[in-house]
Amino acid sequence: MHDVTQVSQTTSHQSAHMITEHETFHRLMREKNRFIVPAIIFSLIFYFTLPILTSYTTILNTPLIGDITWAWAFAFSQFIMTWTLCVLYSRRARRFDALVEQLKVEVRS
Amino acid sequence: MNWTAIALFIAIVGLTLVITYFAARKTKTASDFYTADGGLTGFQNGLAIAGDYMSAASFLGIAGMIALAGFDGFFYSIGFLVAYLVVLYLVAEPLRNLGKYTMADMIAARFNKPRVRGVAAMNAIVISIFYMIAQLVGAGALIELLLGIPYTTSVVVVGILMTVYVVFGGMTATSWVQITKAVLLMIGTAIISFLVFARFDFSVTTMFNEVSKATPLGSDFLNPGNKFKLPLDTISLNMALVLGTAGLPHILIRFFTVKDAPTARQSVVYATWIIGTFYILTIFLGFGAAAFVGRDAILAANPAGNMAAPLLAQVLGGDLLFAFVAAIAFATILAVVAGLVLSAASAFAHDFYGHIIRKGEATETEQVKAARIASVAVALVSMGLAFFAQSMNVAFLVSLAFAVAASANLPVILFTIFWRRFNTGGAIWGMVVGLCSSLILVALSPNLWAPDGSAIFVGEALFPLSNPGIVSIPLGFIAAVIGTLVTKSDEAAGNYERVLVKANTGIDAETEVAATKAD
Repeated sequence: MHDVTQVSQTTSHQSAHMITEHETFHRLMREKNRFIVPAIIFSLIFYFTLPILTSYTTILNTPLIGDITWAWAFAFSQFIMTWTLCVLYSRRARRFDALVEQLKVEVRS
Repeated sequence: MNWTAIALFIAIVGLTLVITYFAARKTKTASDFYTADGGLTGFQNGLAIAGDYMSAASFLGIAGMIALAGFDGFFYSIGFLVAYLVVLYLVAEPLRNLGKYTMADMIAARFNKPRVRGVAAMNAIVISIFYMIAQLVGAGALIELLLGIPYTTSVVVVGILMTVYVVFGGMTATSWVQITKAVLLMIGTAIISFLVFARFDFSVTTMFNEVSKATPLGSDFLNPGNKFKLPLDTISLNMALVLGTAGLPHILIRFFTVKDAPTARQSVVYATWIIGTFYILTIFLGFGAAAFVGRDAILAANPAGNMAAPLLAQVLGGDLLFAFVAAIAFATILAVVAGLVLSAASAFAHDFYGHIIRKGEATETEQVKAARIASVAVALVSMGLAFFAQSMNVAFLVSLAFAVAASANLPVILFTIFWRRFNTGGAIWGMVVGLCSSLILVALSPNLWAPDGSAIFVGEALFPLSNPGIVSIPLGFIAAVIGTLVTKSDEAAGNYERVLVKANTGIDAETEVAATKAD
């Protein structure tokens, strides 16, 4: 029993290794990282800029339209940013799904 | 006594019990109980996530905070929403691919050691119970104010209801209670916002102009800095908010209720639209309350401002709208506590009982039974703690749960998926240090210590910030790294390729091998 588990452990490691070496898997990871890494860095910088500016400066307190200040406009733009990045990702992810399907077919054959 | 309110409260309770009755007939296996057998659509789960997330702290707390402090209250709205980008990009899909019933499953996919699973399960339970005490304290206060029922009785009523939903209807009942609540909450918020906007002649500029004239803060109302005076505290809070959601166990288990990773992704996108719309509307609730209810009336009803939204409804739509909004607030609390009971109970029953005590050999019937017993136990413990926590500030307990989630869970979740070198030692160090540092820092913070006796203990706070995030979150990450570097690399690190493949594609190399052999 022990030996069988050992063997299946090794084969599963080998087959995982085989998939990570696969060209389609490489492409999937490359495309994913090319979107996710810049998007997450951008969104966190954009997000933290607001509390940093409001905490250490008063430049956002200048009025934009009527009594609406830049702080409110920036706050509102956080919502637009989130929704936009959400939609962009879900569109891009269709390509990831297609690559995953392709990989599944290729691995099984 | 407001009879309309009582009738609507009873109607909501009745509706949720009908849902539970139908859900109970479908809840037979462990998978039914923990995940509604993965049968929700992306839109349904999106609504349920929104229902699980928009807690009483959001609806009552943020409306009140904006009404009293203006811009600073809106920080919560922004952080709560942007957090979903972290969930969407980094956590939702790998979690769905790696896990089965609980957050600990995902970490155990790489580190299959009882002590890793045990610590992960303990974190899930601690966070869920903190969050739940906050909801129960809020519920007790709300019902006491609205219906005149004593605090203790209110907590018992809510406690019994949440136990009934979870014990009989499992995840199916919990999900549908959350979906119903999300729809009701959106309708109620939209009605109030529309009425507020109408009073400002449907002009945003008029609204900003009028509101700054209406509050004693004057034009300062529209500027940041009325509530948060320490810059680092603002940043610390924002950090806990944006990173905490991706580590909240009751939100994470929602991703197991759909069939695959693409559906999990869809559900985050739907949730983001719903939650974002709601948080934009919190401006209308807050401004409306500031202008039409007035600071003094809000403070008189509740010093923390929690009654601002119901009071605003009263001013705008009389007793009927007031009763409707109060009933929605009640439904909100019920939906959130049900999700919390389920997440704590699944950590007990699936992780501790199923995997650690029974080593994965419990039968279906035993697992469901254990989960039901755990639900009752979790409910009793939280109700007991809620009796002692009556005087505690609700927002403090919620932000604590976010800080603990970001410090103790997020580093380990991310390193499990993204870091090849990460090992068992690192996982344990990260979780333990993240949990302990956030709890200790809160214990030393101004939330508990004030020289003038306004907090629980009299004395100078040793840690100056009210939110520990800015210190405890980096500590959680650093501890996970140091833990990995000082302990020996183990076979779990070798398991990385399998986890990498499964997290990103859903392909399980082990079953794949079996499948090829069968061919």
